[in-house]
Amino acid sequence: MPSTAADTAEQGRPARAGVAQGVRDSLGVGIGIFPLGVALGMLVVQAGLPWWLAPALSVGIFAGSVELLMVSMLASATPLITIAATVFALNFRHVFYALSFPLSHVRRGWPRAYSVYALIDEAYATYALMPPQQLSSTRIVTGQLTMQAYWVAGGLVGAAVASSLPNPIEGFEFALYALFIVMTLDAVRSRREIPSIALAGLAVSVAIVVAPDSPLIVGLMIFTALLIARHFWRRRHPDARSTSGGDDDA
Amino acid sequence: MPDAPVWYLLAAVALGGVITLGLRAIPFAVLKPLRKSRLVQRLGTWMPAGLLLILVVVVLRDELIARPGELWALAIATAVTVAVHLLFGRRALLSIAAGTACYVLLLNLW
Repeated sequence: MPSTAADTAEQGRPARAGVAQGVRDSLGVGIGIFPLGVALGMLVVQAGLPWWLAPALSVGIFAGSVELLMVSMLASATPLITIAATVFALNFRHVFYALSFPLSHVRRGWPRAYSVYALIDEAYATYALMPPQQLSSTRIVTGQLTMQAYWVAGGLVGAAVASSLPNPIEGFEFALYALFIVMTLDAVRSRREIPSIALAGLAVSVAIVVAPDSPLIVGLMIFTALLIARHFWRRRHPDARSTSGGDDDA
Repeated sequence: MPDAPVWYLLAAVALGGVITLGLRAIPFAVLKPLRKSRLVQRLGTWMPAGLLLILVVVVLRDELIARPGELWALAIATAVTVAVHLLFGRRALLSIAAGTACYVLLLNLW
């Protein structure tokens, strides 16, 4: 292979500058990552799970909302198949990050492998929009490493705080619910989301009635089936309300 | 207190890790066919909002089952979370902190 953008971008640019830039990039999102990490650590301990689960999740999975949901799923002994389906559905959006994340700027080998593994929402948002001439392999990888460090450190601090409390804080689990409320509000920004919301509401209602013990996985399956049906319905009626649903800006 | 076996916790973390890594890595390898697939594009556009709503409903239902009779506290804390988020510039952390603090206070002081 010819030399990639990463090889040329690194020449004549001291690695130390890239490290400093990467750390600076991560500070802004770190203000958000660290407290959520603390919440994760506290939830782990309050759910009666061992403290090491917080760093294990942050290293093994490294995807914030999935890790928080994992805590409540693990505490209620959710079957592994449900966990797998939920992780798949919730992290499916990552498939689209590949379309615009500047991975060609990251050196091949370990740096590139790490960059893919650590491609969290915040890393994508930080580097996908940055002008290419400002990017360097060291900068991107350092930014991602420090973001993960905030997350792991937050989890350890949270677990330590919760372990030192005499009694668990009643109601702290609301943080997970609040996170999903906030994410839903941010996802529903326009009227074109209404069909998706309506189908999801239908799916989860049916799931609660027919499968009260496992509404999450059954609801996800019904929802996915409804969306696939909507896709094929759309294909047979291409002119029907083509402005809703975002066909062209996907 | 649940006593989850260590193998179960480790298996769940490994499973979640492999699936997440796969979702992050595979698209780089098969970028072109994915970009062309209408179904994948549409699922990507349509899924997030509805998926999150399903999570909200399921987590809310779990909480109602775990604490029957606390519907009023949940309703107030939910309203606080939504109001703070929409009125104070969609700062996720602020909204989560406000809603959680509200719920914790309501449960412990009343």
